[in-house]
Amino acid sequence: MKDDLLELLWRGLLETLYMVLWSSLFALLLGMALGVVLVVTEKGGLLQAPRLHKVISTVINSVRSLPFIILIVLLLPLARFVVGTTLGPTAAIVALSIGAAPFLGRIIENSLKEVSVGKIEAARAMGANASTIIFRVMIPEALPALIRSMTIGIIGIVEFTAIAGAIGAGGLGSLAIRFGYQRFREDVLLSTVILIIVLVQVIQWTGDTVAGRIERKRTRFE
Amino acid sequence: MIAIRNLSKSYKTPKGAVTALDNINLEIQKGDIFGIIGFSGAGKSTLIRCLNRLEEPDQGAIEIEGRLITQCTPAELQQARQKIGMIFQHFNLFDSKTVFQNVAFPLKVAGHPEAHIQRRVREILELVQLQDKEKAYPFQLSGGQKQRVGIARALVNEPDVLLSDEATSALDPQTTYSILELLKEINRELNLTIILITHELDVLQHICRNMAVIEHGRIVETGPVDKFFLNPESDTARRFVKIIEYYREQRIVMEGVGAGI
Ligand SMILES: Nc1ncnc2c1ncn2[C@@H]1O[C@H](COP(=O)(O)OP(=O)(O)OP(=O)(O)O)[C@@H](O)[C@H]1O
Ligand SMILES: [Mg+2]
Repeated sequence: MKDDLLELLWRGLLETLYMVLWSSLFALLLGMALGVVLVVTEKGGLLQAPRLHKVISTVINSVRSLPFIILIVLLLPLARFVVGTTLGPTAAIVALSIGAAPFLGRIIENSLKEVSVGKIEAARAMGANASTIIFRVMIPEALPALIRSMTIGIIGIVEFTAIAGAIGAGGLGSLAIRFGYQRFREDVLLSTVILIIVLVQVIQWTGDTVAGRIERKRTRFE
Repeated sequence: MIAIRNLSKSYKTPKGAVTALDNINLEIQKGDIFGIIGFSGAGKSTLIRCLNRLEEPDQGAIEIEGRLITQCTPAELQQARQKIGMIFQHFNLFDSKTVFQNVAFPLKVAGHPEAHIQRRVREILELVQLQDKEKAYPFQLSGGQKQRVGIARALVNEPDVLLSDEATSALDPQTTYSILELLKEINRELNLTIILITHELDVLQHICRNMAVIEHGRIVETGPVDKFFLNPESDTARRFVKIIEYYREQRIVMEGVGAGI
């Protein structure tokens, strides 16, 4: 074990966390907006607009069909436009957020669709408007499922972050490639892998715990 | 009063248009308990769902307590719906909200102040005898309790009319009976008009004063409930009454002459 290991890992971890946190935040906001729009514009939905639904859906499918590494390359000009550079963690956040949002949009759409039509109809019958139904009925009703979907999404972002490391984003993924692969530093490779595994476990555990708490609160018999 | 005039509705399906309602005309007096009966697919749900425009009618007019529902703009329709209560076969309670929050929801939608909401929700929960359940979640309730919450939620904003689409079909006979008694009591105390759809003749006999029989999207018979049983005119009514008579005869055979129903 070389004495620069801890230093390298610490910096890598901080960069990864920085990227994951901000990308998750932006991707979740975008994904939530996409998911809600997909659900309400669907045929028979709250604000049905089948053409708009089709357009958004097609765009999402197109973005999702690209391998992530190619998507990053395509989004580099945008990163340069937004943050002035194509290198480093901050530039990667732009690509990660936009790259992950379509995936999150889809899984959020699926979670929201699980809310029964009957509940939405009950709210309509009470005279609730669309925004009340979305924010006070659909989202709260779907909350545990939404949290589970978001957990999957954030773990996806951790994965994407590691891939982004391959093209100069920094973080643990970049460490693994630059040191572990290109300079045969097995200690670096192994440690980064362990750190990423731990990170994913922590995220999954947190998501499960929060979703489980909410479910238990709603179903507990007193 | 509720007046339905020349109401028609058809659904577009891949196999062509299905006529669900065909030129319906009906008047329901204020304070009545009005039953709608008919075989499966006759158009009962479509009819009741047109009353608050959960389904958009193709043609015709609906008037509830002087308000032309069919002429309402979307914003006016939301206003009008706040005065039309509805209860459902599968209750449709919000699982994320407690009993109190479920019942408070229509008041929040209508923009009532918090103090009024607190008082009014407690009051109505007392009426449906669930005051000790206000902190429970729907999952923690029995079917009958859930429907009581549904009724409280439908009535909390003092509607002019209560629409009920098979609200007792998912309940056992005893619970059904207690829910019907509750509806009767509410009808008496608040002079609330109730329109209810049912498959069960028992329900009709127990609670309704007037009724309509619907067959293939058309009203084929309407009048007081007694007339339906004593002098059924339509094919549907005769078939329904025949079913009762069949069971009555079965019982006479099994228990000896004179048992009756
Ligand atoms: N959303 C829909 N799309 C297409 N057809 C429909 C739709 N809803 C109802 N129908 C059709 O309209 C007709 C009337 O249906 P409706 O649900 O009003 O019957 P119902 O009398 O309530 O039956 P049930 O007693 O089984 O509930 C049926 O032929 C049904 O297939
Ligand atoms: Mg029906």
